[in-house]
Amino acid sequence: MEKEHLYQYILGIADNNLILGQRLGELCGHGPNLETDIALTNIALDLLGQTRSFYQYAAQLSDDYNSEDDVAFLRKEREYRNVLLLEQPNRHFGFVIGRQFLFDVFNYLFIQQLQQSTDDTLRAVANKAMKEVSYHKRFSSDWVKRLGDGTDESHAKMQEAIDDLWRYTNELFELSEIDKELVKLGVAVDVSALKEAYYAEVSELLTEATLAIPQDQYFQKGGKQGIHTEHMGYLLADLQYMQRTYPNMNW
Amino acid sequence: MTAIVAPNIDPHLIETLEKVSDPEIPVLSVLDLGVIREAIEKDGKIFIKLTPTYSGCPAMDVISDDLKAAFREEGKVAEVTLVLSPAWTTDWLSEAGKQKMEAYGIAPPLSATADKEVLLGNQKIVKCTHCRSSNTRLVSQFGSTACKALFQCEDCHEPFDYFKCLK
Repeated sequence: MEKEHLYQYILGIADNNLILGQRLGELCGHGPNLETDIALTNIALDLLGQTRSFYQYAAQLSDDYNSEDDVAFLRKEREYRNVLLLEQPNRHFGFVIGRQFLFDVFNYLFIQQLQQSTDDTLRAVANKAMKEVSYHKRFSSDWVKRLGDGTDESHAKMQEAIDDLWRYTNELFELSEIDKELVKLGVAVDVSALKEAYYAEVSELLTEATLAIPQDQYFQKGGKQGIHTEHMGYLLADLQYMQRTYPNMNW
Repeated sequence: MTAIVAPNIDPHLIETLEKVSDPEIPVLSVLDLGVIREAIEKDGKIFIKLTPTYSGCPAMDVISDDLKAAFREEGKVAEVTLVLSPAWTTDWLSEAGKQKMEAYGIAPPLSATADKEVLLGNQKIVKCTHCRSSNTRLVSQFGSTACKALFQCEDCHEPFDYFKCLK
């Protein structure tokens, strides 16, 4: 196995956590109520904690970056491997919950499988993360139900978010050539095999939440190859601001 | 799931380790918490393996610094490494630790099955740390830190933290 391939694979996982963590972090002090504010930032903290372990591992494999911070903060937009779903903005609370739910259902299945990886470090991080991501899924599923089966307004907003974000879900199950090679070695998770279980679970919960399952067959992808939506540049401008302004600064 | 693995700690280091506490729950020492997985002295240097309760637990950096400082006071050098596997579980909390936690105002973790029932809101078994009533309700699955959930007592109406079961 080539070092560079494993490095790229780890970035795919780590960047998802970092970018979603950043989006959730934007809500710190702006949640609709205190409990939700704390819950969302707690979820961000879990994701960033997990991703720190991933980036430390990535930094060990990289020839260009020395530390977890360098890997997280010093790359250019095209070098980030996160899926498009997670960089979508917090347009309203329905979007925050919709994005979280559509990712959590995937992430739960993914981390479950990553616990079987032949790579010791990936397996250890996944073991640690399993219970955390199950809490996340419980939280976002509860809110999808509450908003979907709530008032006319909350129902409409939840539906709007699901309809809008649906096009980004298919990308979660794409495998690159590198991924395919690592799947054969037992290092990577074959995400394409999770697709059926994912849509079945999502559909069941949406139905329970009295929401319509989007029928749109147009899906957008590109994040895994570094081709992002227009939101990504703004997100990075914020995320990288301190390191770009004061290079090598430390807390 | 992870079996209970006894940590490998040199007995003469225990006294110093007991002085280092969790910055969020100061009544608990790092030994009560079960986050020290190994502490051995070799060639005049102390090697400590520390495991996080939650992946993103910000207390880990502080605990690591505190451990080094505690041994520095004795003129010793300690090296702390973070280990993730086997993953920490609430089973590693000592019984004494659970009692200290409750006295401090945080309801200690229940067994995994009971914990699930509680967090799903199916059963009322978490006792209020103020009045001991079991008539309590879950306010939020996420509390003041990643490891805690927020509860409220329906009898005395006081809010309190519950340390979530992690297994």
